[in-house]
Amino acid sequence: MSALLEARGLRRRFGRVQALDGADFDVSAGEVVALIGDNGAGKSTLVKALTGNLDLDEGEVLFEGTPVTFHTPQDASRAGIEVVHQDLALAPHLDAAQNMYLGREVMRSGLLGRLGFMDTPRMRQEAAQAFTDLGSAVRSVVTPVGSMSGGQKQSVAIARAVAWADKVLFLDEPTAALGVVQTRNVLDMVKRVRDRGLGVVLISHSMPHVLEVADRIQVLRLGKRVATYPGKGTSVEELVGAMTGALEIKEGAA
Amino acid sequence: MSTTTTSDRPASGIETKATHDSLADRVRAMQSVWILGVLVVIVAIFGVMQPSTFLTTGNLTNIAQNVSIWAVLAVGMTFVIITAGIDLSVGSVLVVSSVVAAKVMESMGDTGWGTALVGLVLSVVVGVFWGGLNGLLVAKAKVPPLIVTLGTLSVALGSAQILTGGLDIRSAPRVLQDSIGYGRLAGVPAITLIALVIVVIGGVILHRTRFGRYTYAIGSNEVSARRVGINVDRKLVEIYAFSGFLAGVAGILSLAQYGTTTIAGQSLTNLNVIAAVVIGGTSIFGGQGSMFGSMVGLFIPAVLQAGFVIIGVSPYWQTVAVGSILIAAVYVDQHRRAAAVRAG
Repeated sequence: MSALLEARGLRRRFGRVQALDGADFDVSAGEVVALIGDNGAGKSTLVKALTGNLDLDEGEVLFEGTPVTFHTPQDASRAGIEVVHQDLALAPHLDAAQNMYLGREVMRSGLLGRLGFMDTPRMRQEAAQAFTDLGSAVRSVVTPVGSMSGGQKQSVAIARAVAWADKVLFLDEPTAALGVVQTRNVLDMVKRVRDRGLGVVLISHSMPHVLEVADRIQVLRLGKRVATYPGKGTSVEELVGAMTGALEIKEGAA
Repeated sequence: MSTTTTSDRPASGIETKATHDSLADRVRAMQSVWILGVLVVIVAIFGVMQPSTFLTTGNLTNIAQNVSIWAVLAVGMTFVIITAGIDLSVGSVLVVSSVVAAKVMESMGDTGWGTALVGLVLSVVVGVFWGGLNGLLVAKAKVPPLIVTLGTLSVALGSAQILTGGLDIRSAPRVLQDSIGYGRLAGVPAITLIALVIVVIGGVILHRTRFGRYTYAIGSNEVSARRVGINVDRKLVEIYAFSGFLAGVAGILSLAQYGTTTIAGQSLTNLNVIAAVVIGGTSIFGGQGSMFGSMVGLFIPAVLQAGFVIIGVSPYWQTVAVGSILIAAVYVDQHRRAAAVRAG
């Protein structure tokens, strides 16, 4: 089995806190891997380290089997890795299409394009197509994102990331603030992204959501991966036990 | 797999054009259109009270001429305020630009187009210098725009006074005054036409180009603009420099119109321009605004001023009225936005 993105023995210390203490992680193409752990277990630090937002003290990151170093988020982005942050980082006054293409606008052809004019109809059309393909709850690509529901905003952020990521998508707490229907929709989107062959990394505190969509679940505790479970046949109790340390498991179970 | 719950999903297709609401709905949703209504009402009231003097081409041309220089400044101010910034220095930069240009043109002696062109270039260069300085201090030194431009307001004005000993230079080249200051094309003042061209170009840049899009993005959510790889610092320097550039252009236009540098006469220019932009629906919190709105916002004070003179009310009431309209416009705007969020 060859992982798409893999971390080996990552270490990072902040002052007296050992945030990552030899952490391993891996995600393959076409699977959803959930990354869980209690607060302070090192989830965010691990994600930052894998997406060019953090320098490491030790350890290596392999992308498609070869060691890589992402110095900036743009480096990771160029490799096909995108992150949907918990705060979504959308511009509320801009509409869904404008947000989706922010920083990567499609320009008009010829002289007008060189003068800085954008191809607005094309961006709207393609944004609408992307939302339809993902089964997004977005009803209009021309209303400001700020007036949308939490689920719609989340789906704009996911669609934007998917439009630019063709390898790995990181989702940080995508269902944290959502209602039942909206959560259902976002989880469906996650499955569709996986079905396109991307590796999806889901960071979540919601065990039922994790168990529903994840193919594998990797548990982080005190800066280390302490267990890996298959998505099927694992119980919430087992996960909580591994997260809190109540259950002692040997790494490499699955 | 696809047991998708559809209640939160589009029934048929996703809207890609702003045709969802009726035209009337969309028109009502624009702050600038609401404030345009206010302007129309003001014009109508003066028109009914004094049709023979107010609604004359002479008066209307006069009003247009009076707002021309402010309109040039308002173009830059609209960009700056959309980034959630402010530029208090425009009046002082206008003065220092015109002082440098006037001094050099005076020393050249002749009053032809060559001299005027040198003056224009100098004025613009000085404007870009001060604007660029504002931008660098805001973007790189991270000093709040209010403080930076309050500082450069003072420094630029002081520089102009040092250069001149506080005395206005009264020698703008003849060609500048004759063809731009007093010149007309088909009855329209040349200065107004120049301002109109600048406003249209500014509006196109703001609403149609990537530069304009990034201006909104920075004001709407600077963090997200940075995350998608926009060079926010550079954009901010460019936007403040653009505002300075326009202050430089306004400096030469002011020389052409008044035939003198107006060292003591621009102390409220910045506030008048900011008030116009905000009345026109540009949010000082950033991310929102339009060039059209700023222009409507400019005409309200100008029309009130002219109207009060004509109907014989003390023009000092104009200041009172404009201040009240400013507060009322922002109040109404806040309420409409709150309502829009509830509805959305």
